[in-house]
Amino acid sequence: MSAKGELLLEIRDMTVTYHTRLGPVSAVDHISFDIRRGEILGLVGESGCGKSTMGKALMRMLPPPTEITAKHMLFDGQDIMKYSAAQLRDFRGRRISMIFQDPMTSLNPVQRVDEHLTEAIEVHEPDYKKNTGMERIKKMIEKLGIQTNRLASYPHQLSGGMRQRVMIGLGLVNNADLIIGDEPTTSLDVIVEAKLVDQMRDIRNDFGVTLLIISHNIALVAEMADRVAVMYAGHIVELGEAVAVFANPLHPYTYGLLKAVPNIKLDDTEELYKMAGEPPNLSRPPSGCRFHPRCPKALPICSKYEPEFLNVTNDRQVKCWLYQNHPEKTTPTLKVTA
Amino acid sequence: MNEQKKSNTQDYLVEIDGLKKWFPVQKSIIDQILAGKLEHVRAVDGVSFNIRRGEAFGLAGESGSGKTTIGRLAIGLETATEGTVKFDGIEINKIPKEELRKLRRRMQVIFQDPMASLNPRMTLGSSVTEGLRIHYPESKADHRDMVLSIFDKVGLTPPLFFYNKFPHQISGGQRQRVVIARALITKPDLVLADEPIAMADVSVRAQLLDLMVQLKNEFNLTYLFITHDLATAKYICDRIGVLYLGRMAEMGDLREVYGHPLHPYTRALMAAVPVPDPTLRRTQPMPEGEIPNPINPPSGCRFHPRCPVARDACSVEEPQLRELRAGHQVACHYAEQFL
Repeated sequence: MSAKGELLLEIRDMTVTYHTRLGPVSAVDHISFDIRRGEILGLVGESGCGKSTMGKALMRMLPPPTEITAKHMLFDGQDIMKYSAAQLRDFRGRRISMIFQDPMTSLNPVQRVDEHLTEAIEVHEPDYKKNTGMERIKKMIEKLGIQTNRLASYPHQLSGGMRQRVMIGLGLVNNADLIIGDEPTTSLDVIVEAKLVDQMRDIRNDFGVTLLIISHNIALVAEMADRVAVMYAGHIVELGEAVAVFANPLHPYTYGLLKAVPNIKLDDTEELYKMAGEPPNLSRPPSGCRFHPRCPKALPICSKYEPEFLNVTNDRQVKCWLYQNHPEKTTPTLKVTA
Repeated sequence: MNEQKKSNTQDYLVEIDGLKKWFPVQKSIIDQILAGKLEHVRAVDGVSFNIRRGEAFGLAGESGSGKTTIGRLAIGLETATEGTVKFDGIEINKIPKEELRKLRRRMQVIFQDPMASLNPRMTLGSSVTEGLRIHYPESKADHRDMVLSIFDKVGLTPPLFFYNKFPHQISGGQRQRVVIARALITKPDLVLADEPIAMADVSVRAQLLDLMVQLKNEFNLTYLFITHDLATAKYICDRIGVLYLGRMAEMGDLREVYGHPLHPYTRALMAAVPVPDPTLRRTQPMPEGEIPNPINPPSGCRFHPRCPVARDACSVEEPQLRELRAGHQVACHYAEQFL
């Protein structure tokens, strides 16, 4: 395994287009970003912003007629966009693994936990021996905080949190580099969710795995992510270190989103920030910056041209005209210090 | 004594006493004979609380805590196994169906999923008019104006634009506004809101919460607000009850309970709620396990197998609610340590 912090996945200009009765809809629209090895990257956004589509597109799991295009998608130096079907089959599950919101529908109800895990290995290692391989499975499952006698259980006999850990285990037995969690804690109760958050952080530390956590819950992302990416209407609008983004959100959407989250702390202000309007329908996205109809800081230029996703400091990228120059812009460009 | 009763009835719109709801577990005939007796899911197992007129009372708990069942019992959608529910002094399980139907005008519901609550083939206007047709047939000529005026009140403007639309033609947030309008059109006293904003996006939630608070003040409503999200409850509830496995663990004024949680379960719940600030990450560990099976709840205090401060007595004796601070009751034998 290579050093922590280097690039694991480099995505440039990725677009995902669904073909619907109402015409093509680009749920992910020209997105570029990196995932660093060993980090927990949180991807937040509201329903319909394209965050789940993006997660699936990273594994090229969207079959035609849905189109995935990208300049490149470098995973550990290799362009996944150029992979053949056979290469993809080997790649999925072995290098990237995915867990979903509801583990009960992801696990086979008539297969025991050990059968799930054995199958996951066998798919990728044809010469795998069951009797010697059990040791490897037992070691891993114990690290996940599941007792080895649970290996003989069926999914319905496990608790919700445990099922989700089995799902994570399916990736870990193959030493996957990246695990994508699409709303991994959403079906869990809050105490179990908190416990899983702790466990996922431990798993990252113990296994050195990289996690991409997709969630609508910005508070949850604040609890666990090292870096956070905010998506709105098919675009990533802000990306940076979690501590910095939460302390000083630069994009007006991030700012509004953070202010609109109910907070349990009593000393906080009692008024929730009310963002105007609702997220747009992506079959007819607004012109220019897609957030401009709801943006309290919108400039005349915002409805005309789309801003770029640019670095404003070393570690922060924002897609907003407030921080970018344009010949037609009359207001001064904001400078950000790291 | 009589005097006391009367004043209570005037203060409280809803009085719930010793409420139990046990659902029989469906089994085959052979299993029933072999098992000897029928097993029950004890969804609600002895809950008492009152809701004052004009107050927003929150019921919070995890899935399986019985919060939704209590809501349904409170408006007579379910019949209690034991205990009483009084609405404005009337015991709703004791009155004829016809009377209850009339009473329903005064108790309306907002459910979680607005798409499932609205008939996809009815226009928004006719969906909302339905309540008027049933409860105010005499004022038929005014129905349309009444609906347009309530649309305006819930922020569906311009009202005429929405009147002939169908549910699929509007956004999720707007749909929930229609459901709110439909609940308010009969001029109810009590509104049961069962996770009313759980489906909405963060940026829309604040709008809906604000609307609910504003309508409560304008129409002098009483809310029974059911939620799994303690953070949301903070913005709307005056008092809150925290349920665990069909029993009330803690109850009191919201600011009092949130400021000084006394039950180990409430304390764990409050700590578990994620906070949108990475510099304030939770460090304390969470209780083990998950909410147990309500068919055979743990003996004594139901939280004792997961409780960090449980002692031997906790598995034997079931704690009752007792007032440890003004306006703040807790069902825990050893809550004094958190005072």
